[in-house]
Amino acid sequence: MSPATYAVRDNLTMLRRNLLHARRYPSLTLNLLLTPVILLLVFVYIFGNVMSAGINGGHADRSQYVAYLLPGILLMTIGGTAIGTAVTVATDMTEGIMARFRTMAISRASVLIGHVVGSVIQIMASLLLVLGVGVAIGFRPNATPLEWLLAIGLLTLVSIAMTWIAVGMGMASPNAEGASNMAMPLMILPFLGSAFVPVHLMPVWFRWFAEYQPFSPAIETLRGLLLGSGIGTRNAVLAVGWCLALSLLGYLWSKAQFNREPRR
Amino acid sequence: MTTTPRTLAIAATGLRKAYGDKTVLDGIDIHVPVGTVFSLLGPNGAGKTTAVNILSTLISADAGEARVAGHHLTREAQAVRGAIGVTGQFSAVDGLITGEENMLLMADLQHLSRREGRRITAELLERFDLVEAAKKPASTYSGGMKRRLDIAMTLVGNPRIIFLDEPTTGLDPRSRHTMWQIIRELVAGGTTVFLTTQYLDEADQLADRIAVLNGGKLVAEGSAEELKRLIPGGHVRLRFADPVLYERAATALREATRDDEALTLQIPSDGSQRELRAVLDWLDAAGIEADELSVHTPDLDDVFFALTASPVPAQPAN
Repeated sequence: MSPATYAVRDNLTMLRRNLLHARRYPSLTLNLLLTPVILLLVFVYIFGNVMSAGINGGHADRSQYVAYLLPGILLMTIGGTAIGTAVTVATDMTEGIMARFRTMAISRASVLIGHVVGSVIQIMASLLLVLGVGVAIGFRPNATPLEWLLAIGLLTLVSIAMTWIAVGMGMASPNAEGASNMAMPLMILPFLGSAFVPVHLMPVWFRWFAEYQPFSPAIETLRGLLLGSGIGTRNAVLAVGWCLALSLLGYLWSKAQFNREPRR
Repeated sequence: MTTTPRTLAIAATGLRKAYGDKTVLDGIDIHVPVGTVFSLLGPNGAGKTTAVNILSTLISADAGEARVAGHHLTREAQAVRGAIGVTGQFSAVDGLITGEENMLLMADLQHLSRREGRRITAELLERFDLVEAAKKPASTYSGGMKRRLDIAMTLVGNPRIIFLDEPTTGLDPRSRHTMWQIIRELVAGGTTVFLTTQYLDEADQLADRIAVLNGGKLVAEGSAEELKRLIPGGHVRLRFADPVLYERAATALREATRDDEALTLQIPSDGSQRELRAVLDWLDAAGIEADELSVHTPDLDDVFFALTASPVPAQPAN
């Protein structure tokens, strides 16, 4: 077998290991899933009329707000699950088995790639659950098959970007608590974008940040794809650009940290 | 071009490592012939783990050259990794998954076929008495079991050279003897073992060659016997029950060291047959009969203390 085949096999082995961990100890992923689901329910059933009235100029209709909110909640789910990735990676790096991996003739990148791919799979499962809750409370997307495909592609891209950043954060943290704190913005950022409220209703001085931060273009694009309201080229380009840039940054950051010598 | 003779499993010269201005290894040479046990002996903080970490490619040395299994340590690191197995001081097992899953993980990473992986896993679990615990998470294992699983995982790839960093630290006496037995079996099978320990009897029991590391330098090297010969301390001890007899013997044997409390006399001796006979003849001639006679050769503890007792000179800051 060639080195490339071995590398693929090592990646699959590490992926299996991480999925095994996730399956054995699902509480972390499920806990993180709770936040977006609760926010979805609270904002629809408790604040729904107020929010929709505010957005639609006085006309209260919380079923309309479900349609507005859900794409943002999906992106928030990605950020939330990525916190779990940061925590898992930070914990894994302190495990003795990491030293063993480093002294074995395996593809070194497989340790990180296993985490990333495993994490993206977990995020996809989480998204499916949240989408299910959304449909159950009245979310009715009208996307065409092509739009669905593009939506899934977009969600995958965002997941990969957030996961690579989370892996970097996990490696930069000395322990699980530190990783959880450092990765918290991944869940908070959608709040400060167009997830809950359209950017044009925000204070003027804040709009620039809200509009161009990584999550908003992705939220707007996803909204356009799922609700058939048109995506706007600028948002789509911004969303994909952010994903590629963050993926590359996260990858280089993680790799540099993994290749640094352990201090012990 | 210089090449290492095939017969050396590990050949290192001038290894040096410093963290900041603290020198951990101050230029050490290590040569380990194939199929032998080499023990690096030293107190806590002497640099033993650093030496293992460097030779197992985990960290790089600041200076020095090394070949492990004939491969250049840094230029051919992957080849080195393919030839070695490492069991560190901190258990390198995945606590979240079962013992069996740990073993299968290693088999996959060694690129064994599924069938071969299952066969080796079953065989090693059996050999290391882990069959009953195989389906339990490794985090629930006792210290001894974790260490056994750790070594079993190291053996999956059938490494030619094994590094064992303090393999028995923290183990109870029974687990310790089990570990010794495991190491002896490995060596019998032709594996080269690089062992660090702070227990002298362990080095004495297992090692062909022992190097004493203190303050980042090798302060002595040789077989256990050679090291023991380095320092004086052998003697014949005579114990008496009767104080009168003791007094008489003490007067007759001028060169003996007295211990009036224990009623024993110590006569310097290298423990050879000739010296022992001389002592016995002397006692007979003087008509002295001791209640107990024992011969003491210096043990490695004496060597260890003699070699590592002197304070390490302060490292110059640079």
